Amino acid sequence: MTSVSLVPASLAAKFPANRPTAGYGVHRVVGLETEFGIHAPSHEDASHSVMSLELINSYGHKLSLDGTNVASTEWDYNEESPLLDARGWQMPRSIAHPSQLTDQALVNDDGQELHMLVNLILPNGARFYVDHAHPEFSSPETTNPLDAVIWDQAGDRIAQQAADHVASAQDGARLLLYKNNTDSKSVSYGAHENYLVARQLDFDELTEFILGFFTTRQIITGAGRVGIGSRNERAGFQISQRADFFEEEVGLETTIRRPIVNARDEPHARPDAYRRLHVIIGDANLSQYSTWLRVGMTSLVLSMIELGELPMVELAEPVQALQDISHDPSLQTQVLVNGRGWMTAIDIQRIYQQAAQAYIDRYHIDDQQTVDVVNAWAQVLDLLEHNPAKLADRLDWIAKYQLLNGMRERHGLDWSNAKLGMLDLQWADLRQDKGLYHTLVARGAMRTIVNNEQIQHAINFPPTTTRAWARGRLIERFGAHLAGVSWETVLVRPFRTGPIHRFHFPEPLSATADALHGLLDPELPQISLDDTSANHAELTQLLKQLQPYRAIGHR
Amino acid sequence: MAQEQPRQSRQQHEEDNYIPDPLPDGTPAPGSAAAQTSDLDSLLDEIDDVLEVNAEEFVQGFVQKGGQ
Repeated sequence: MTSVSLVPASLAAKFPANRPTAGYGVHRVVGLETEFGIHAPSHEDASHSVMSLELINSYGHKLSLDGTNVASTEWDYNEESPLLDARGWQMPRSIAHPSQLTDQALVNDDGQELHMLVNLILPNGARFYVDHAHPEFSSPETTNPLDAVIWDQAGDRIAQQAADHVASAQDGARLLLYKNNTDSKSVSYGAHENYLVARQLDFDELTEFILGFFTTRQIITGAGRVGIGSRNERAGFQISQRADFFEEEVGLETTIRRPIVNARDEPHARPDAYRRLHVIIGDANLSQYSTWLRVGMTSLVLSMIELGELPMVELAEPVQALQDISHDPSLQTQVLVNGRGWMTAIDIQRIYQQAAQAYIDRYHIDDQQTVDVVNAWAQVLDLLEHNPAKLADRLDWIAKYQLLNGMRERHGLDWSNAKLGMLDLQWADLRQDKGLYHTLVARGAMRTIVNNEQIQHAINFPPTTTRAWARGRLIERFGAHLAGVSWETVLVRPFRTGPIHRFHFPEPLSATADALHGLLDPELPQISLDDTSANHAELTQLLKQLQPYRAIGHR
Repeated sequence: MAQEQPRQSRQQHEEDNYIPDPLPDGTPAPGSAAAQTSDLDSLLDEIDDVLEVNAEEFVQGFVQKGGQ
């Protein structure tokens, strides 16, 4: 396969030859993960794993009712066996009996063990699955911040649709989902970002340069939180949901001793070309604008690091700085930067924003998406400095902070009042009629940057610009003939007989809508298991078209 | 459901009178300080309506298990 790149050849020619780049400007392969909080107030003893299982299975059932295909892996305590299929979905029995939401084995009324599926691969190329005690949506691979926002928002809707479907069963339980990152009782769960960067980039160099950025970007991307300390040891408000749960600068852990820079190296892509930077420091954003800037600014910073052109901001104590900055919504806190002295987070973010401006000027990068992010970044920093309240229509933490302060004044509440904790929690409630973020959007008080149609489309369709296109469209159109699906692999077994054809997509920019036009186009009908000559012809053509991706040998 | 009524009627009211989106092209409405205060007041009315009533119990009951 010829190598492909997001970087236009004319631009690549201007970059230093000894600094390979996996992206430019804000353009980069990125995927967002959301671990949702899950809660059933009417069933206090409900197991979080079982509730998550119910949710995932319910979505499979819903798609099946809608006539949409989905790939799945059966729940298997020993190993995740590659999937069977989506036909014959049954609504899990326990849904109709919420009292069964416990860790006991799930059986139906006849005492038979229920087949629960732990892992769905959706027709939009996303993964929707049970990650221990949380439902998680991992978006398909996208190539720019706007697309990242669209599929992230689609994930929120998918999760809520699943919860609605659970509740629609007779006596179904009402599962509440929260796009936040902590219960403020010591537990935190993540909203991870994944960016592909050039493998040749030295990881230590990447870490040194990005630490200052990751520590300070929260003033723009923070989701806001009531309470200080992992167990709300102190009353108050802070900028970030996650800051108090981080203890290290760099490391492999994600559930304990969390590091600001996560060193996990599992690219799910050509390991010779790419590293996947797994970012665990971020907050889950409801705001589209916050998500957009989070992905856009981070992509820009990575583009500069790849070229060796990001200014160094070396914090004396990054973990302490992360928390000190988070704990001061007045944004006046200064942190020590080696060689530069005491600086606010705004000062530090300005260094990065100005570097981004210089970078796009130097290389004449003038595409709209990149320019929009660089400009918005500058504007947001100006407003943070001079009139942060103006950002209540854009940034999660400021919108939330404004509501909290309004409630405090109106009802004379101090920060320890449960009503404020409730507001914090309900900000992240995914229900349109209950979630406070959604309330603000409905009033026009919160900007949106992508429209409803784009998000609705992304519930069922993958991005056209990555291998997610092949994954999602194969599931929808040829689902009955698939024997397995993962980020990098699709197994095709026509009519479920004979040998399995294994196809491998190590290049995320391959198998796009352009590369696979025709067979996987939208609006084409599903290819059923009926043994007709027409279906045979379609499958023959499919195998032929996928020939360039045929896996050689075993992995 | 009763809690959601005021919000729905307010939305209906807005549609009927065709009050344009206060943020048409993403630009914050300038508006006087007084107008902003009254806007926030009406927003807080709505939040008061929609906020779970049993806040203390609800927040205490929101317990999660380990995550990444």
